[in-house]
Amino acid sequence: MLDIKNLQVKAEDKQILNGIDLHVKAGEVHAIMGPNGSGKSTLARVIAGHPEYEVTGGEVLFEGRDLLAMDPDERAREGVFMAFQYPVEIAGVNNAYFLKAALNAKRKHHGQPELDAMEFMQLINEKAKLLEINQQMLQRAVNEGFSGGEKKRNEIFQMALLEPKLALLDETDSGLDIDALKIVAGGVNAMRGGDRAIVVVTHYQRLLDYIVPDHVHVLSAGRIVKSGGKELALELEQKGYGWIEAGSQPVGAS
Amino acid sequence: MAQVVERLQPWLAALEQRPQGAPRWVQDLRDQAASRFAALGFPTVRDEEWRFTNVAPIASTEFRLAQPAPVTAADLDALPYTAAPFRITVVNGRFSAELSRLHNLPRGVRAGSLAAAFSEHSDFVGRYYGRLVDWQSRSFVALNTALAGDGAYLYIPEGAVIEQPIELLYVSAAEAGAPQMAQARALIVASERSQVRIVETYASVRGGGYFTNAVTELFAGENAVVDHYKVQQEAFDAYHVATLQVNAQRSANVSSHSFSLGGKLVRNDANAVLDGEGAEVTLNGLYLADGDRLVDNHTAIDHAKPHCPSHEIYKGILGGKARAVFNGKIIVRQDAQKTDAKQTNRALLLSDEASINTKPQLEIFADDVKCTHGAAIGQLDEDAIFYLRARGLTYFEARDLLIHAFAGEVIDRVQVEPLRQALEAELYAQLAKDLAEIDGA
Repeated sequence: MLDIKNLQVKAEDKQILNGIDLHVKAGEVHAIMGPNGSGKSTLARVIAGHPEYEVTGGEVLFEGRDLLAMDPDERAREGVFMAFQYPVEIAGVNNAYFLKAALNAKRKHHGQPELDAMEFMQLINEKAKLLEINQQMLQRAVNEGFSGGEKKRNEIFQMALLEPKLALLDETDSGLDIDALKIVAGGVNAMRGGDRAIVVVTHYQRLLDYIVPDHVHVLSAGRIVKSGGKELALELEQKGYGWIEAGSQPVGAS
Repeated sequence: MAQVVERLQPWLAALEQRPQGAPRWVQDLRDQAASRFAALGFPTVRDEEWRFTNVAPIASTEFRLAQPAPVTAADLDALPYTAAPFRITVVNGRFSAELSRLHNLPRGVRAGSLAAAFSEHSDFVGRYYGRLVDWQSRSFVALNTALAGDGAYLYIPEGAVIEQPIELLYVSAAEAGAPQMAQARALIVASERSQVRIVETYASVRGGGYFTNAVTELFAGENAVVDHYKVQQEAFDAYHVATLQVNAQRSANVSSHSFSLGGKLVRNDANAVLDGEGAEVTLNGLYLADGDRLVDNHTAIDHAKPHCPSHEIYKGILGGKARAVFNGKIIVRQDAQKTDAKQTNRALLLSDEASINTKPQLEIFADDVKCTHGAAIGQLDEDAIFYLRARGLTYFEARDLLIHAFAGEVIDRVQVEPLRQALEAELYAQLAKDLAEIDGA
């Protein structure tokens, strides 16, 4: 699904990723962990196509196609979704209107008919229940005046609606209380399975109690320094990141 | 100085041709206003109120006074907003009965020619006309007061509730040859407990580099509710200078929404005096400019009495090398305790060469008041664009959505549905053209 080879990225003349190799197969859940500044959010944002980064080397293939050659909106319509660490507030744009525009952009791209208002409302009500999104949140401007938890729920709600092939969750757990965390994790878990691949970027092991990964990778100084199964997350929880940064040699991840 | 006087000469000559034949008090007012204009001359950029707007292009043009010109109903049907059930039409400064729609007006409403009102309701009109607006120290108001021979008059009697909007339509019909100047003048009196919706439109049927100098006096009596819209759609090479002067009495509620879409050099003054306890005023505005056009909005809200809320949202969208000025003055007099004044001013710059000078100006002499103001100038929010693109919208779709949302905050408040639709269509047609130029560049 996703093949990253020797990816090197810089932002504002600062090298952030120094050769990332990562391979995510259909149906897998990967967790990317690492201390602050290790480059884990950068990795998610580069895959989504954020314009502030410059790829200086390597490649990213999505279903065998060159992802880096696509505009961010084309990536989205092809099935790449990133839940933002800091969802953007968009004044004056009604949340339901925005969701419909996003959904129809994707449907159009895939040659499907656009949903009419009735069909859309049916779909939205079904998905809204899962993430405890109320009517008021749908009628407000996108993310405007939303609490931190509401913003993150709104992200996963969008994911549920857009049904991506590859979902990247960029620190979706940060700032969430345990109840919000459970709702968000429940939403993600409901989307698990089939061919959908999920990459969870997080600083803390806590989220991984609820979204249990198949693979865990540890990022440090722009490289994956350790990869393992879900037990690696627990090890990190106990020992912190210090031992990784101090000792490990970079290894390729599979 | 000699140079200045010389430049003023054609204007003084025009003032000599000021209209005659009105009641004595009107004539006296015109004479005094003419003297004031002669003494004041045109403002320069050394005047604080005109720092960023140089009116030399107007002052140095020899305009001839607009004459009656043929305009047909079909000409007016081509204007964007045609749905007003009632309409007072003024062509080149003169009321036109045949182009107006004044049948079936509710009982007691007087709508029509200002010149006729001077003679037919002289005493009543004399209580308001030239008394709300400051012609003593404002050059363009003095010029208008001296030269306006006619215009629009609207009187709403006590307790009348007029459901349907009444349009004051000012049409410039320029003839070939020297550019013309027309004075657009209106007096609107909404009596106690009355309720009315007014659309004031400025448009042209034949383009041409003309000059509209407009003054509207709007008096809202106790408990009156007035919903006012000014739609400025002059030709793109026209000059437009206008003053709206609102006086709101006790518990009156006046909202005025200004849409400035046309004109090459535009100056709008919107002034409101909260002249009775509990009066409420809203001044909103949306302006659009591109090319090398200039739009200057000056607003002044004068809290003269206690317990008055005022609200203000001004938004601009600028492309090309357009320039804009926003100056929002709020005065809170010593008596005006419990004032609650809010002002927001935002501008969206679509190009690097567009610019705006903006200034809130608060003069507060009372101590128990709440005044908030905020200004934000900038390009489209890159984070918002990326967010929308990350959800599958193209760059162009994302940009259009954000621009529409920006303008929507003002346009969505228009309560007259056909007008809202006309404004939207007009605004987005202009924007589409501007954006196509940017994309082509």
